[in-house]
Amino acid sequence: MNGIQITLVSGEKVSSLTMNEKLHFIIDKVREGEILILEKGLEPEEEAELIQRTMTEINPEEFSGIEIESYPGDSSNLSFLDKLLGKKTTRLTVIGPADQVRTIKKNKDTIQALLTLKKN
Amino acid sequence: MGLLDWFYKRSLARYLKKLFNKDNAKIGLYGPPNAGKTTLANKIVRDWSGDVLGPVSEIPHETRKARLEKGIEIKSDGATLNLDILDTPGIATKIDFEDFIQEFELGEGEAKRRAKEATKGVIDAINWLDDVDAIMLIMDSTRDPYNQVNVTMIGNMEARKIPFIIVANKIDEENSDPEKIADAFPNHPVVPISALEGENVNKLYDTMIKHFG
Repeated sequence: MNGIQITLVSGEKVSSLTMNEKLHFIIDKVREGEILILEKGLEPEEEAELIQRTMTEINPEEFSGIEIESYPGDSSNLSFLDKLLGKKTTRLTVIGPADQVRTIKKNKDTIQALLTLKKN
Repeated sequence: MGLLDWFYKRSLARYLKKLFNKDNAKIGLYGPPNAGKTTLANKIVRDWSGDVLGPVSEIPHETRKARLEKGIEIKSDGATLNLDILDTPGIATKIDFEDFIQEFELGEGEAKRRAKEATKGVIDAINWLDDVDAIMLIMDSTRDPYNQVNVTMIGNMEARKIPFIIVANKIDEENSDPEKIADAFPNHPVVPISALEGENVNKLYDTMIKHFG
């Protein structure tokens, strides 16, 4: 059956994984063609590491990379210490294979993405 | 060199030295592919040392290896500061060799080679983040500022506490909208420039003095 699989990942699940496990999980799923919506987005360091690992996985014949979008979280509910340290929360992240997901528009509060069926 | 240029050069040396507390400050130029990083790097290097750094091209990922121009010497009040300018490959989350074939009519072999080098370049650029004193994040003011790599880069630089300036490049182009970049990132200094025409570049030096100092 042709289709697009979208997987919603709870914040609890994301938080329970180490950075390494999280990145493995994301890259494996995306390479299988799934589109992930993470309830709790990635930290900036994790995003940079994800980009680096994605680059090592790119193969001209089968994997051209990822499309990733997230919007910044509301920092008003952070503790004083977190604010002092410049910590921010990320609300949600959408990640998918670059050949299936295209971001049409993004602003502070909305992400519009176009999903396409992979030609087989 | 005009009086204004002399002033910028003199002040830049003094403030950067004060900020970084060393004789050699490394400034990284980061941003998505084709934002004009090498054009700006060439302009800066030409302004301060009379040399040029690297070739520019309309094809994305023209810079596929970080290039460091060392020892741009700035003298001030008897002290010397060596400024190193790091021109980095464009940060991207996807690189498709077919884009090079379809949009820029490259042959398949050349397109694949370019894609492979570009992936290494992105890794290289991110690794350099551990080794720069300050950053200028170059964005294309004709494009959407909420582009993921821009947001990712800003999050990273904030997390690493690296001082940075956002440069809204290509204001010479008709559809440029630097205000959109300023509105998207209100907590950071945004300087609209044209690296190609040299427009407002002195304002950028001025902002470096104010912000990095």
